[in-house]
Order: sequence, then structure tokens, then C-alpha cells
Amino acid sequence: MTTALAEIAAPSRFWNRPRRLGVALVVLGIVAAAVFGALAPAGNARFTISQNESGAAISINGQVGAILFGVIAIGAGAGLLAGVAGRWQTVLLGVGIVAFVLSFLCWQVAGKFLPLVDTASGTLQLALPLILGALAGVIGERSGVVNVAIEGQFLMGAFGAALVGTIAASAWAGLVSAAVGGVLIAAMLAVLAIRFPVDQVVVGIVLNLLAAGVTGFLYERVMQTDAESFNQPRQLPIWRVPGLADIPVLGPVLFNTNVLVWFALLLVLAVHLGLSRTRWGLRTRAVGEHPTAADTVGIRVRGLRYVNVLVAGAIAGAGGAYFTLVATASFQKNMTSGAGFIALAALIFGRWTPFGALGAALFFGFAQKLATYLSAVGSPVPSQFLNMLPYIATIIAVAGLVGRVRAPAADGQPYVKS
Amino acid sequence: MTTEGPVGAPERPEEASAAPQPAPDAKPGRHDSFGSVFLHNLWSANTVVVTILSIFLALIIGAILIIVSDANVLKTYSYFTARPSDAINASWAVVSSAYADLFRGAVFDPAAVSAWLSGGGTWQAAFTPISETLTYAAPLVFTGLSVALAFRGGLFNIGGQGQAVVGCICAAVAGFSLPLPIVVNLIVALLAGLAGGAFWGFIAGFLKAESGAHEVITTIMLNYVAALFLTWLILQKGIQDPNRSDAISKPVPESAQLPSFGGALRVNLGIVLAVLVAAGVAWLLNRSAFGFELRAVGANPAAARTAGISVGRTYTLLMAVAGGLAGLGGATQVLGTAYALTPAVAGNIGFDGLLVALLGRNRPWGTLLAAILFGALRAGGNRMQSFTGISLELVTVLQALIVIFIAAPALVKAIFHLRAARSARLGTSMAKGW
Repeated sequence: MTTALAEIAAPSRFWNRPRRLGVALVVLGIVAAAVFGALAPAGNARFTISQNESGAAISINGQVGAILFGVIAIGAGAGLLAGVAGRWQTVLLGVGIVAFVLSFLCWQVAGKFLPLVDTASGTLQLALPLILGALAGVIGERSGVVNVAIEGQFLMGAFGAALVGTIAASAWAGLVSAAVGGVLIAAMLAVLAIRFPVDQVVVGIVLNLLAAGVTGFLYERVMQTDAESFNQPRQLPIWRVPGLADIPVLGPVLFNTNVLVWFALLLVLAVHLGLSRTRWGLRTRAVGEHPTAADTVGIRVRGLRYVNVLVAGAIAGAGGAYFTLVATASFQKNMTSGAGFIALAALIFGRWTPFGALGAALFFGFAQKLATYLSAVGSPVPSQFLNMLPYIATIIAVAGLVGRVRAPAADGQPYVKS
Repeated sequence: MTTEGPVGAPERPEEASAAPQPAPDAKPGRHDSFGSVFLHNLWSANTVVVTILSIFLALIIGAILIIVSDANVLKTYSYFTARPSDAINASWAVVSSAYADLFRGAVFDPAAVSAWLSGGGTWQAAFTPISETLTYAAPLVFTGLSVALAFRGGLFNIGGQGQAVVGCICAAVAGFSLPLPIVVNLIVALLAGLAGGAFWGFIAGFLKAESGAHEVITTIMLNYVAALFLTWLILQKGIQDPNRSDAISKPVPESAQLPSFGGALRVNLGIVLAVLVAAGVAWLLNRSAFGFELRAVGANPAAARTAGISVGRTYTLLMAVAGGLAGLGGATQVLGTAYALTPAVAGNIGFDGLLVALLGRNRPWGTLLAAILFGALRAGGNRMQSFTGISLELVTVLQALIVIFIAAPALVKAIFHLRAARSARLGTSMAKGW
């Protein structure tokens, strides 16, 4: 109700969305130029194109850089305020945000170095489960089933990967059973949300607790007593593509990595094309927006929702494999520690689209990577505040301060045929 | 599901404590004897029967988990066809000892009671299980009431956890930084917890009222913001215990602690406060003008708006009140048992409160009973873990399963072929989505 009113009223107002964004950018730019510029020590900020301090580097005086990028952000904001044409707005917004981040980095890195390759690959690694979890959310929610149980699917996937991966002594068996673990939780979600129309958020939250309880219980009873035979999974192998891996920065990040990264990135493309170009996608969107209409033209609403939720469970479960087959080499209790909820945030921040989710996941991954980097170099900015970034960004996004996000119309509403 | 029988005595008392209402009403206009009405209702899907059967089902699934995770018992199943008695006896032994310890830790331990009666033991030992149960229940009453109240107004407050964390922070900081006399300090600390939680809830309510931001999303995010803020705060100067290097705050002085009863027992004023607040919430919900407004908004926001109720104002106020309740829960936790801030000081009371509210069917007294059941499971789980060596996580599984079955009465009804109840009020599901 409030939504509709705001949307109708928006065009007539002077302070429309681009102008409000412009003001925000100008303020951010002033903060960047004044505060970051003043705080930055005089040394050079070195962005090395490698894993460590050595090698070629892009170097800039910290103070100059902080002020320069702050001014660029102010300029982008001013452009938005002046009212540029529609297609330039996104570009200016992007430029402004990137300039603000760079200004912040110039302040933090001044007198030190930031290894770009390490940062980029760390970002992608940390974003990996978020990408898969958010994609699972996209598939489920576009068909109208809210998935708050991503966290539970992660945990079940991580547990299954560790257990079966160790018993079968194969990372691939682990990966498959991670997907099966995710499907288990998804099946419960599907049955309870679709067959017995229980509130989907309630089911999701309770399934998270159930997954935490079951994996924690079995971990203490089975894995802790004999870690060697139950909790030492093989790691997913790292594949290097000859030739492509030698491209600077991108090469080592994209072509010298584990297979899960490629799987995730290809899946983003596949889900995007699937949703926008295929019969399945059209039907999924129809079921998620207006199930009654979809039913009228002969689409099996509940059947499609079952399929989507189960497929999403497999994807989220595979995302859970990241925790035991890539990031660490064993399962721990509650090891996902809220990653499922960050994935949910990425899904919402990415406006329920695959590429939006990818962008949001990369952004959140970058924030996490930066937080670890900054606490390692002893920055005055507490890592906890950087780790808050995904959550605060999502609150701002849903509150409509930066453009309103809108869920599929029938998201969370069970379909009961009348 | 029906292969395991070894769930005997332990679940009984919990059934009794979880049953929120007496036997359902009889059909009007017919002259049936009490007995036939009782029998007729016994196998229909009313609140009491579904609750009891949910607990029963959860205990059975818990038993299966205990069995499949026990290597020695599993060995006996390898020759099940040759000698089934071995497998059945071994399963029965492990499950019954686990559930018996759950019961002894939660309600009463016959050994301790008989020792006390015969003069050998202390009364404290005899009442320790009940004390533990009520100690664990007290914060859950508050967080459960927080969720239940918001539910009745059509809001899903998943932010109980974050609100409780902020309540913990404010109560503890007010407790150890203000030099106040004994009773005043406690009251100020409790009020600080209330105010902190109310502020955290207010943010979500205000955003919902102003921009329509869904409270489920904002409260989930605010939970993590609160948790991260806590981990940062306790390492700051003036908050961290100067004698410690790990993440723990200064202790709350005795003047701000909730006084406990009876020396060795941990149960404290928190549970009394919880009962009073439950009564207060019941009054607020059913007797006050605000309660009427929030129920109207919860039932149909559009109709409420037409009737002249400001929906936005109700949402904001409701979330602030709900947040305040959860904040009190956090304050009870830190002033009643924890006495200092740690990163995990609020435990899981916010999310448990969610389950408690669902189990209590969003009614104040039902929530109180559900919180006591959860407290009992937790207290019994501690004993089970230390005596039988079965992980406390089993309790989490049981709690989650109970609530799944409660939330899906149709599932329980289908499993046991229950008759449809005429007076059933089983609609805990709200089915609203984002």
C-alpha cells in the first residue's frame, strides 16, 4: 500500500531517486576528501599486482589519493544532482561509489601495501558460498517460496561433504553429498511450505535450528570421537588453465582456482538465461508473480515450486561444501556462522536477480576480505564495523533509501487451489 | 517412525506442562456424558492433543538419532534378523537412560528427593532440577512474549536475538558503570535493558511504518549488527574487564544482580518478573486500547486503517514494545545468570523465544508454559550431557522438531489420522511472506 503510493507520487517530486542519491554521494565525497584526506598519513599507498608486497605496483600518495577520489565522488554526485539522462545515472552512481571506496583504501593503505591479486581472489573465495546461496534463494523465491533456510542448507551441505568426503576419500563424493544434504533440508521446506501451508519464514528459521542441532549432535557423537575416519575430507583440487592463468590479476584469480568457482559463475549465467529465456524461467516467474493466472493457463504451480525448491537446495548445499572442502579441512559446529543470512542479504540486495545477487555477493565478500586485511595491518577502523556492512547495506536497500527493492509478488504465499 | 518404542515415562511431565488449556469444550445442544465427549475429543486435532503428539513425535525422532549415532548399538543391528532382542534391548537401554536423565535434570531426581526426605540430603539438592528449569525459562518468557505480541499485531519479530543482545549490553553497562544503591541499581539496569531493546525494535518498526521495509529482513540484519557491535564493544576500554585479556566485560556488581532464592539454587527473581510481565502482556493484549488496536491491525491492516487506526504508529509502537520485552529478556540473562558481557552472553534466547512463541500459540500464558518446557529441556539436557554423554544439541533438535510439528498441525493430523476438531484454533501459520 505504502509502496504503491510512493511509486505513483515519485515522478512529480523534485527530490526523485537520482537527486537523493546525488546528495548522498556528494556527502560521502566530502567525507572522503575531508576526513579520509586529513587522516591519511603522508606515505605512498602501494597496490601491488601480486599475492604479496613484491612485483609491479600502482602507487599513489595516500593523502593526494584520498582527496582526489573524494573529489571524483563529489563530481559524480553533482552530476546526478544536475539531472543527467537516465542511462548515465547508473554509470555515475557506480563511479561515485568506486571512488569513495578507493578514497577509503588510499587512507588505509597509505604507507603500506595492498596485494591486489590476493584481495581479488580472497573476495571471490569469500563470495563463493554467498553466490551459491543467493542463487538458491533466487530460484526458490522467484517461484514464490521464501527460503530463509539457506543457513541450514549450508550447514547440512558442509556436514555431508565432510562426512561422505572422508568416508569415500573423495572430494567429489563429498560435493555430491553436500548437494544431497541441501536437498534434505529443502525437501522439508518444500513439503511444509507447499503441502502443509505453514508460514515459510517460520519453517525456514526452525529448519535452520534443526540443521544446527542435527549436525551439532552428530558432530559431537560421531565426528569428535573419531575425526580421522569421519572428519578429514579431501580438499577440492585446484585447477590451473595453462595460458589463461598467466593473465595479470584476472588469471590467477579466475583460472588457477577450485572448480566450485567456475561452477558458481557459470551457474549465475545459466540461471540468468534460464529465467529470462526459457520456458522454465517464464513459468517460474509466472508462478512467483501470479500463481492463479499461471494455474489458469495450465502450469502446475505446486509441482514447479517443488522442483525449484529442491534444485535450489542442491545449489545451496553445494555452497555449503565450500566450508569443508575449500575453506577449511574439517567440519566444526555452526561453522557457517551466519553466512546463510548474508546470502539472503545478497539475494535481497541484488533485487532477486542472478547478476544482482552475484554483484551483491562480491561486494559483501570484498567487505569481509577488507575487514580481515585491515585488522591484520592494525587499522583504526574496527573489523566488526566492516563486517556489519552487508547487513547495513541491506537495511538501507529495503528501506528504500537507495531505490526500492521489490520481492516477487507471490513470494511467501502458499498456493491453495480454490 | 513406528519401529522405535523406547520412549516411556520421561515425556509425561513435559506433556502436562505444555498443555496450555484444559480439555476442549463439548458440543453445544447435545446431552453427551462427559466421558463420551472426552473420548471423542481425545483423538481429534485440538490444541492439546496436537501439542502432546508433537512432543511425542519429536522424542521418537530424537530416539532414532540417539540410536543411529551410537556405534555400539548400531553393531547389534548388524545381526538384527538373527537376534532382534539384542538390538532392541541395547536401543532401549541407551534411549531410556538418556530420557530418564533429561527428566531427572528437569523436574526432579528421585534419588535426591528420597535422600532429602530420609534426612540424608539437602532440600536444595531436591529442588535443583526445578530451579535450573526456571532459571533457563525466565529469559525465554520475555523473548517469547516479544515474538508473540508482535505476531498478534501481524509482525514477525525475528529480531528478538538482536534486541536481547542490545538489552544485555545496556543492562550490564548501566549495572557496572552507575554507582547506585542496591535496589535502585537493579531497577535502573533492568530499565536500561528495556530501553535498549525497545530502541532496537523501534528501528525496525519505524522503517516498516515509514518505508514499508519488511520487518523480517530488517530484524534479521539488525541481529547481526547487534552481535558484531557487542563483540567490538567488550574489547573497549571502560567496558572490558581490566584484569582479563579475553573478551569479557567488567562484572555486574551484586547491587545490580537479580537476587536468587535459597543459597545454592540458581533460580532468581527473573522468573517472578517473567510471570508478572506475562500477566502484563495478557492485560495489554486483551484489555487495553493499544492491544485492541494491534489485534485489529494484525487481523486486517486495511480494515484497521479504514476504522481510523494509524497502522504505521501501531507498527512502530508495537515493535518498540516487543523489542523492550526482548531487551528485558537479555537483561534477565545478564543480571540473573551471566553477570558479565561475553560475545555469547545472550546465547540463543532470541531464536528460542521464536520457537517458544510458536509453541505457546502466541498467547501470553501459553508462551509462559512453553518457555518452562524449553527451560526444562535445556536443564535436563545439561544433565543428559554430563551423565549419559549425549550432546546437548539433541535438545535443539527436539525443540526444533516440536515446533515444526506444532506449526504444521495438518502433518500431525495426517500421521495419526486424527479427526478434525471443531473448536481447533491451530492456525499458528501466518503465511504472509516478505
